[in-house]
Amino acid sequence: MEITNIIQPILILGGIGLLFGALLSIASKIFAVEIDQNVERILNVLPGANCGACGYPGCEGLAKALAEGKAESNACVVGGQKVANDVAKALGITASEFEKNVAVVLCQGDCDKAKDKYVYQGIEDCKAQNILADGKKECPYGCLGCGSCYDVCAFDAIAIINGIAIIDREKCTACKKCIEVCPKHIIELVPYESHAVVKCKSEDPGKAVRGYCSIGCIGCKICVKNCPEDAFSFENNLAKINYEKCTNCMTCVEKCPTKSIVDVTYDLIKEENKIAG
Amino acid sequence: MDIVNIIIANVFINNYVFSRFLGICPFLGVSNKMETATGMGIAVTFVTTLASVITHIIQKYILEVANIEYLQTIVFILVIASLVQFVELVLKKTSPSLYNAMGVYLPLITTNCIVLGVAILNIQENYNIIQTAVSGFSAALGFTLALVLMASVREKLEVADIHESLEGFPLTLIAAGLMSIAFAGFSGLM
Repeated sequence: MEITNIIQPILILGGIGLLFGALLSIASKIFAVEIDQNVERILNVLPGANCGACGYPGCEGLAKALAEGKAESNACVVGGQKVANDVAKALGITASEFEKNVAVVLCQGDCDKAKDKYVYQGIEDCKAQNILADGKKECPYGCLGCGSCYDVCAFDAIAIINGIAIIDREKCTACKKCIEVCPKHIIELVPYESHAVVKCKSEDPGKAVRGYCSIGCIGCKICVKNCPEDAFSFENNLAKINYEKCTNCMTCVEKCPTKSIVDVTYDLIKEENKIAG
Repeated sequence: MDIVNIIIANVFINNYVFSRFLGICPFLGVSNKMETATGMGIAVTFVTTLASVITHIIQKYILEVANIEYLQTIVFILVIASLVQFVELVLKKTSPSLYNAMGVYLPLITTNCIVLGVAILNIQENYNIIQTAVSGFSAALGFTLALVLMASVREKLEVADIHESLEGFPLTLIAAGLMSIAFAGFSGLM
């Protein structure tokens, strides 16, 4: 056995490896792509949840848009003011004011207050229930309570209590996932600072609403008449609050005869007490 | 005629996924969506064809000349890994859109046994350089066909009402097995 038999393969293999290594390093120089430093810096301050609530494909998509100046520094709805400030710092601009929103389920017709038209025994999914004659509730607008929003919430902010979905204002990040999944379209974004919310979406006339739900909007217009700021509009038998005008005076909450306008901050406490009791 | 034979053999009769059982990992891994399946197929076609030709040259002009054919596997892996890196670099610079379309699948090919399998089988079959190129290309074409077929089946399975015990991989494996049997029927073609 000759020593060259061992050395020769080693040299050839090493040579091939060296050749490829050299070629690759040369190629990496020739084909080097300039990466925008800003993108990486912005990506570091974004939450990294890739939730897509900003409308871009993940945090990297938003970071690219921010670096190119296509998005506002407050585009990340989940991160809030803190992330908006960090992003602005990374970009070297002044931060845009961040307006915090929270998602609210606009229905209070739980098992005791709203009437059912049939007993639903299918799979626990709102979309499935909705296919079956618009859901089990007599009210065609109300929450179905199967918890499709609960399943999709990544922040553990939604609870199903007595057949109705309730969103925790403090945990909600306004990522809009529940809004997309709700087949009844009764979850809406409301400014965090606005406390009075019309928690009903029924566009039926008052008589019909009274027939199937004890806590729905009956279209009596008492709120419209009593609002000192003229913040109410009235369309399709339903009161609507202009949140920009609302000053949280709570007159409407006091005057509403069916209690379909509620103080969302108080409502939460009430619900928590109910669980405790 | 020879070339047509190689193409038909590699795509249908000896399909690398269904009758040689190579490249099973990406076949099961990325076949849940049509879009990713075609992306992976294109990337594999690209790399396999190039790798076949380059390994052929190395085998003929380096390994056989120096009488060290036993190093084939190691050298070929080296070639494929570097080639994938190189292709990635070039694509990133010259065609960012294609690079984004292939995404993570490009580096994944490094560990795809179909590339190495095709290269080694080409040597065993004693193909010349044109036959090698055709063989590499058609093998990858067969792989893409398998991937696309599987993806179309799985997209349907996604919405089907399936018993809980069969959900996900069990049913996918059964479907793959049935497709493999169907492809065995092609063996009478030539």
